[in-house]
Amino acid sequence: MDQIFGIPINAFMGQLLIGLINGSFYALLSLGLAVIFGLLNIINFTHGAQYMMGAFGAYFLLNKLGLNYWWALFVVPILVGATGVVIERFMLSKLYKLDHLYGLLLTFGLALIIEGIFRNEFGSAGLPYSMPSQLEGGHNLGFMFLPNYRGWVIGASLVVCIGTWLLIEKTKLGAYLRAATENPKMVEAFGVNVPRMITLTYGFGVALAALAGVFAAPIYQVSPQMGSSLIIVVFAVVVIGGMGSILGAVITGFGLGIIEGLTKVFYPEASNTVIFVIMAIVLMIRPQGLFGQR
Amino acid sequence: MANETPGLDQRDVAFDAKFFRYGFLAMMVFFIAVPFVNQAAGRDLIYLVFLMKVLCFGLFACAFNLLLGYGGLLSFGHAMFLGMAGYFSAHLAKVGLQFDQVTLFKVSIPLSVHLPPFSTELAILVSTAATGVLGLLVGLLAIRRQGIYFAMITLALAQMIFFYCLQAPFTGGEDGIQSVPRGKLLGMIDLTNNTAMYYFVLAVFTFGFLLIYRTVHSPFGQVLKAIKENEPRAISLGYQTERYKLLAFVLSATLAGLAGATKAIVFQLASLTDVHWSMSGEVVLMTLLGGMGTIFGPVAGSFVIMAMENYLSNLGAWVTITQGIVFVICVLAFRRGIVGELEALLRRRLTFRQFLFEVFAFRHHKRARDKKRG
Repeated sequence: MDQIFGIPINAFMGQLLIGLINGSFYALLSLGLAVIFGLLNIINFTHGAQYMMGAFGAYFLLNKLGLNYWWALFVVPILVGATGVVIERFMLSKLYKLDHLYGLLLTFGLALIIEGIFRNEFGSAGLPYSMPSQLEGGHNLGFMFLPNYRGWVIGASLVVCIGTWLLIEKTKLGAYLRAATENPKMVEAFGVNVPRMITLTYGFGVALAALAGVFAAPIYQVSPQMGSSLIIVVFAVVVIGGMGSILGAVITGFGLGIIEGLTKVFYPEASNTVIFVIMAIVLMIRPQGLFGQR
Repeated sequence: MANETPGLDQRDVAFDAKFFRYGFLAMMVFFIAVPFVNQAAGRDLIYLVFLMKVLCFGLFACAFNLLLGYGGLLSFGHAMFLGMAGYFSAHLAKVGLQFDQVTLFKVSIPLSVHLPPFSTELAILVSTAATGVLGLLVGLLAIRRQGIYFAMITLALAQMIFFYCLQAPFTGGEDGIQSVPRGKLLGMIDLTNNTAMYYFVLAVFTFGFLLIYRTVHSPFGQVLKAIKENEPRAISLGYQTERYKLLAFVLSATLAGLAGATKAIVFQLASLTDVHWSMSGEVVLMTLLGGMGTIFGPVAGSFVIMAMENYLSNLGAWVTITQGIVFVICVLAFRRGIVGELEALLRRRLTFRQFLFEVFAFRHHKRARDKKRG
């Protein structure tokens, strides 16, 4: 059997793999958005730009400082996360008493600034980032060829997603976090420093975006625009999943990645738009999102 | 918030009416006079093409403001109405309607339509109406969620339209639809003449602007404001808020379509720029900078942003950076916008000297804050 629904199995599996890869980025990014939204009630429009900063960070470390991919995995999220902390402290924190839309507008403006600066410096062309030598090559799984790096990205992002979920649902810190989402005043009365927790949460969400950027650097070209088109799809993913649950964001992310990959096989013209169409359908049937609560 | 909002006393109404009357007069005198002044000066002090751009984007921003400033709905996808209307009118004016079959999801239905190129006014009218229908479809989906979700949904749907425009055969892909004929207005007035085109655009703009003013000050507009302030209360008063929001959305989309259709004729071009998400961001910026919820704000914002783009156009990405910076400043420190601040100043009935002092010393911020604290 070398065909599935009239499609050669190799092509089918190849697109499925691409779908899974895209899905892991959707999952990582929507996870970060959901974490930030939970506590700050802000949709972080800068997320795409921060993802791009992550990829550029990895590029810089390798080409300017000679620090390889594995260093980048740790250093870049911390550095980019730190910029997030600064943004939260000096700008976002001024807006919490206002309509949440202002947070969206502010982060949109920041995204424009960051993207503009990078485009000014590096132009629109993509920069190559070489794959870490340990992950070159691939395995033949019999029915398909799996490049090692792609397997690593899928696995690693799954681990990060599950780790974040465990952190929020099963630890004491996570319990504080969830409590502060419900009622920040009450948690503060118990002696928890809620403003600092908010700052760190934003930093953590941003770090997740940067980590996704590092993952993406060897697969996609490192370019200033890499974040902006991705983030719109991620917004659609978030609308489909609903922001209520962390696990929901992860499942929706992977699921939609796979659906998008399969659309490329069966109806390529629609592969760009399928996620938006699904969003429209979900809005008609279940407006609060698949995992959202009213 | 509720107890800070001033009551709608008689003086406020009088002030609003006066502000609108004088503001409208000043705006009209300015726009009508420019061609004469240019002629008298013997050279172009202000380019008419620039002003036509300001007027088109001004109408676009006014339409957007109807939704955001008066309905409290932030649409982050309004470019789809501007851009699609542009494609419609450019196509209708250039080729008319010519097809033998309609293809939807790989299914072709034979349907033969052959209409010659439309006249300018008809092309604009038909594409405006078509954009209204698009607005209805998008609105039906988007008003199912509020706040940030509404913004994300409109953004995502606009991105879908963008990809459609990128691939659809009639939009010309990356090239767009070029050299659209400007044609003759009602078969008489030659619109290839820039002055004639300018006054036509001004007329379209004025129509849209007054329609929005009328809508905002109608009972419908008041209900819309009530929904913005407190939707649950509006519901409990028996208003079907969804319907009001949908109607506002359709109206806003239609007027944005009018702006886009006119713009395509003026610049003889419909391209992907106008459907791109950055255009949606730009209209938010114009409205925010000019003053959301003010009737003149979007026009002022359009003027400033267009002027800025003109000056910075050689500097590439600096346009984006500057836009971002203006965004951040507006959100953090200048939320009332240009016209909003001006209105607040005038409302306090200062003498001319006080007025100058306030404007240049930026004292009103502090004073207003102290006053609020008592």
